[in-house]
Amino acid sequence: MASIEMRNIVKQYGDGYPAVNDVSLDIADGEFMILVGPSGCGKSTLLRMIVGLEDITSGDMLIGGKRVNDLAPRDRNLSMVFQNYALYPHMTVYENIAFPLRLAKMPDDEVRRRVTEASDVLELKDHLERKPANLSGGQRQRVAMGRAIVRQAEAFLFDEPLSNLDAKLRGQMRTEISRLQRRLGITTVYVTHDQTEAMTLGDRVCVLRKGKIQQVASPRELYEQPVNLFVAGFIGSPPMNFLPASLDGDRLQTPFGPITLDERRAAAVRGRDLLLVGIRPEYFEDASLVDEAKRPLGSVFRARVDVTEWLGDSQYAYIPYEAPEAIRNQLRELSRELDAEELRTQAIVSIDATSRIREGREADFWLDARKVHVFDPQTGENLTRDAEAGARLTQMATEDRVEQVQEAQAQGTTVGGGATRAGAA
Amino acid sequence: MSQREKTWWIVGGILIVLYALFPIAWIVSLSFKASADIANQSFLPTSVTWENYATILTGSASGLFLPALRNSFGICLIATFISCVLSMFAAYAIARLDFPGKRLILSTALGVAIFPVISIVTPLFNLWRQVGLYDTWPGLIIPYLSLTLPISIWTMSAFFREIPWEMEQAAQVDGATTWQAFRKVIVPLAAPGVFTTAIIAFFIAWNDFAYGISLTSTEASRPVPAALGLFSGASQFEDPTGAIAAAAVVVTIPVVVLVLLFQRRIVAGLTNGAVKG
Repeated sequence: MASIEMRNIVKQYGDGYPAVNDVSLDIADGEFMILVGPSGCGKSTLLRMIVGLEDITSGDMLIGGKRVNDLAPRDRNLSMVFQNYALYPHMTVYENIAFPLRLAKMPDDEVRRRVTEASDVLELKDHLERKPANLSGGQRQRVAMGRAIVRQAEAFLFDEPLSNLDAKLRGQMRTEISRLQRRLGITTVYVTHDQTEAMTLGDRVCVLRKGKIQQVASPRELYEQPVNLFVAGFIGSPPMNFLPASLDGDRLQTPFGPITLDERRAAAVRGRDLLLVGIRPEYFEDASLVDEAKRPLGSVFRARVDVTEWLGDSQYAYIPYEAPEAIRNQLRELSRELDAEELRTQAIVSIDATSRIREGREADFWLDARKVHVFDPQTGENLTRDAEAGARLTQMATEDRVEQVQEAQAQGTTVGGGATRAGAA
Repeated sequence: MSQREKTWWIVGGILIVLYALFPIAWIVSLSFKASADIANQSFLPTSVTWENYATILTGSASGLFLPALRNSFGICLIATFISCVLSMFAAYAIARLDFPGKRLILSTALGVAIFPVISIVTPLFNLWRQVGLYDTWPGLIIPYLSLTLPISIWTMSAFFREIPWEMEQAAQVDGATTWQAFRKVIVPLAAPGVFTTAIIAFFIAWNDFAYGISLTSTEASRPVPAALGLFSGASQFEDPTGAIAAAAVVVTIPVVVLVLLFQRRIVAGLTNGAVKG
């Protein structure tokens, strides 16, 4: 177990393209860090630089306080789960899991003990003599995890490990990975482009864009206090709505009526002309279903609903709106960068599942103004971010993590190496 | 596919197989004909005789044929083995490493492969005589390597490219050195490719005639194809057709056995299950 520190890491390919550009990131001992971003943002490259499969152009990589830039992968003592699992097809499951131990020339009975423990944890006991080709996707994934946990590595590295599984299995494996990580208490770096995984698994999430870190924070801070337009648009599903707005005193004029800002936020945006307001879908509600007590905290507007989607537990309504050409291009650019293709400017609004709002009709909506963020359309910077509140959220997450690790390990009883503890639990 | 189309495919397939197998059937039939029976103007022998096989294995032609058979086996197996080992390393480097001149090596290999053998034979003959390689095993193994290496490198590098990079990277992360990763992961995975390459290389060496006839003079190193050309009939007015046919059948047998033996090893899909399924 060890911390991982990155100091001004740069990865430049032969053609001069910087895949990773000046990344500095500290991952604490035992922390679960997520690297997330749209495809091509450099997250996998960064992971492969940690494990040593990719050369570092400049900067320092420290694992457990030791500089490892020039160490071969095998000398870094990290274990990695690959996206396509990379199981050895000519070996049985047992030998696949035992492979790292065999390379370390461990005696046979020790190998057997450890592989048995690891396979118990991952429920692979019945499959030990089978070949990977005869396993299902989920089983292969578990074998790959087995190979990772069987030796006492300094850290686990996951490269989109669940992206090849179907949705149901993905959910199961996600909780499994989370439980395992807590129990073993091992530093983990996890690359994904799936934001459910990012939000649920990570103690902290590092959002990357074009090789640069945008924000490193707990999932809650990312969601509630995003640092810029990119993070705000990337985190959350359905994504945050961005409406064009112009300033009129302390009020923002938007296509959905005026929004009154509180003193702090009004001060932050004062003196600007054209702005973007970021409103999450759940800040909206069907006006007829809003509590009388809550109603004055927001504003009510009337709009025509284009499409509604009823999902049983929730309901979404799509409301088209007009935006100036410049803003529309900007939003299209942003959505393209986020791997989506937004064809029209429309707001996605979450309303109560019992709401009777129907497609093609006009309806009254209530908008909670308390949590909206205001962005500078040029730089994308979040003008109303409350850094202190954000830091508080991340601080809380860190405390939670310490508590969870202690609890998980108390249940796991024995001490010792990763696999030993896992086996005893 | 409609029934009609299917029928056409089957009929066409049978025609092609018949066309391809006819000469072989003819040789087999010839090898069972007595020398007086060869011109009997019918496909099948009037009466089946083992006379020709006796001639080449124990009779007058055995002095020519048996050492040649031994030479052919020895020379071809050694040449195949060397070319497999060399091309394995070369192909691995070509498939995995990025180095300047990679394309040059591949295209040179191809160039060598298409270079006509007949144009090298004469200079080689003179050179071999002077350096003392004429009529020796190494004297044939070396030119056979020039025939087998290019094709081996090409097929093997195609196989290596099929093996996912991650296999090897996973092994390295698991604590293997480059050599260990190659030996414990890549080589077992490339085994079908190695066998395929070995068989192709063996055939090429086994079938060679030009080098065999030009660079040898005695049974010390003369391979079978050359020996076949030197068979003589019982009298100078008789063609050794029957004996040659019998020898041709005997020479074909190892090739067929080899293919049947390794057919199972050449199964594709050994890498199934290595990656997402």
